[in-house]
Amino acid sequence: MIQIKNLHKSYPIGKDSLHVLKGLNLHIKEGEFVSIMGSSGSGKSTLLNIVGLLDTHDKGDYFLDGQKIENLDEKKAAILRNKFLGFVFQSFNLINYKTALENVALPLYYKGMGRKERQKIALEYLDKVGLKDWAKHLPNELSGGQKQRVAIARALVTKPKVVLADEPTGALDSTTTDSVMELLKEINDEGMTVFVITHEEEVAAQTKRIVRLKDGQIISDELTNNLNK
Amino acid sequence: MFDLDRWQEIFQTIRKNKLRTVLSGFTIAFAILLFTLLFGVGNGLKNTFAKKFSGDSQNSVYIRAGKTTKPFKGLQSGRRIQFKNDDIKFINENFEDDIQYFSPNIERFGVTAIYKGEQNNYTVRGVYPDYQPLESAEMQDGRFLSYLDLKNRAKVIVIGRMVEKDLFGARHALGKEINLEGISYSVIGVFTDPGGDNDERYIYTPFTTAQGIYRKSGAIDRFGLTFNPKYSTDQAIAFTTKLTKELKDKHNVHPRDQAAIRVQNYAEGTKAVNGFMFGLNFIIMFIGIGTLIAGIIGISNIMVYIVKERTKELGIRKALGATPKSIVGMIMMESIFITTLSGYAGLVLGTSILKLLTPTLEDYFILNPTVQTSVVVGATIMLIIAGTIAGYLPAKRAARIKPIVALRDE
Repeated sequence: MIQIKNLHKSYPIGKDSLHVLKGLNLHIKEGEFVSIMGSSGSGKSTLLNIVGLLDTHDKGDYFLDGQKIENLDEKKAAILRNKFLGFVFQSFNLINYKTALENVALPLYYKGMGRKERQKIALEYLDKVGLKDWAKHLPNELSGGQKQRVAIARALVTKPKVVLADEPTGALDSTTTDSVMELLKEINDEGMTVFVITHEEEVAAQTKRIVRLKDGQIISDELTNNLNK
Repeated sequence: MFDLDRWQEIFQTIRKNKLRTVLSGFTIAFAILLFTLLFGVGNGLKNTFAKKFSGDSQNSVYIRAGKTTKPFKGLQSGRRIQFKNDDIKFINENFEDDIQYFSPNIERFGVTAIYKGEQNNYTVRGVYPDYQPLESAEMQDGRFLSYLDLKNRAKVIVIGRMVEKDLFGARHALGKEINLEGISYSVIGVFTDPGGDNDERYIYTPFTTAQGIYRKSGAIDRFGLTFNPKYSTDQAIAFTTKLTKELKDKHNVHPRDQAAIRVQNYAEGTKAVNGFMFGLNFIIMFIGIGTLIAGIIGISNIMVYIVKERTKELGIRKALGATPKSIVGMIMMESIFITTLSGYAGLVLGTSILKLLTPTLEDYFILNPTVQTSVVVGATIMLIIAGTIAGYLPAKRAARIKPIVALRDE
């Protein structure tokens, strides 16, 4: 599903440049539940941005669903994101003047789906994350865990190939962290590829494969014993 | 172009962000309000001028005689110059091509007019039939004087609308007899004059009739004429200069004697008024366009602020699959919608205020302060263009924002 070969990325800082990713090789197959671990500055967010087509890489190859990613303009990137990827962010990133339902329906709007159909599907996904009764509520009327579940519903609504979650539990307490992780597990059980970035060991331990990054290089890549559960 | 979904999206954004909408709408509405008021008041001033100078034909010339102030050819100063009937012939023969309408004029002030016990004092003028276009008089009833009246020295009069009102009240004067200083005249016409009430308190009688009664010596008080309407202002002034010179020659008046023969040419006044109007127009245009530009800059600033405020939202939309084009389209349509609507509101408000203030403004020389449709349409088009420009640049920038930058946690 995601294949990365010798990936390099550096950011210019003044006249110098900061070499963030130093030749990564990673292959994530369909249906995997992978977490990327690493302290801040290890390059994990940069990796997610590149995988999520929010940023471009300098060197190396990146294949998403067998398609080579290169020379993407903004429009193509937007269409690919809409088609293949679902995002879950640490700070939820819901649009604060839209209701939970409207937030979930927004990716479908950019897909060009009609209003009625959009709302119907959005409601189905809200139901799936257990928030059907909160459909008409604005984000600031929801708790942190509820917001993140709305965000997950929004990530899933377009039936993407991969769900990318950037510190999905970073702003949540341990109880809600567990419920959000439970939800991600359920999604994975249904066959979705889930790609989580975290610095919390407990979160990573609930995934099926842990990739550890340090200073822009992969230092370990191992399967957890969740695999058989 | 018309996409219901997109409009619903825009309406929601507008509805859910009232402060922002009101802020940008107010800027535009206020600019257009000022623009409309300014244009209206400017037009009112112009109307006042136009009316003030419409009392007489724009190409009319009046010639009067007075006392000499300079000795000339052995004649002493202080000599009274008097036009006589031979001057009629002299002017007509020498300036035939220059003159459109011509009338000698005898004026008698304070003539008591009596009709069945009602009486009042008026100025009686003895004139040619040509005098009607000279004064821009229009007939309300009956007819103006004719050459036959002139030839027959008929005891007929044409009275102004106010004379009829004074002496006859609501009844018609046409065909009735009015007594002027003991002589009975029949009313053959009633006229109105765009110059206003005072110009409608004159009584006109045939020149020959008046001369026979008031100027038995054959004297003429003044001449009125209009020059060839094809003449430019400069040609007209050249003509009156020549006319003055020849009349002075004929009456042995010093060429630089300003008092003995006076020629009053409206062309000079018209020239000054035209210059003034041009200046006024220029100032109005300048301030009006300035106001609009200020409004456009205001809306642009607000748009920049709005886009900045929405950076995160736009980043989210992009992460969810919004193309740069759809971001630009959304922001621009929002901007155009707000500018057009609030511009229209400003326009309606401005015209209503003008309508409301019309009676009050008349006291300040501002007459009928309206804005022409062309100006309204022009301002509206300018607004839409302004809205497009004001929306486009920030929208373009917004579309270039990288989602990762927008979504970075602060």
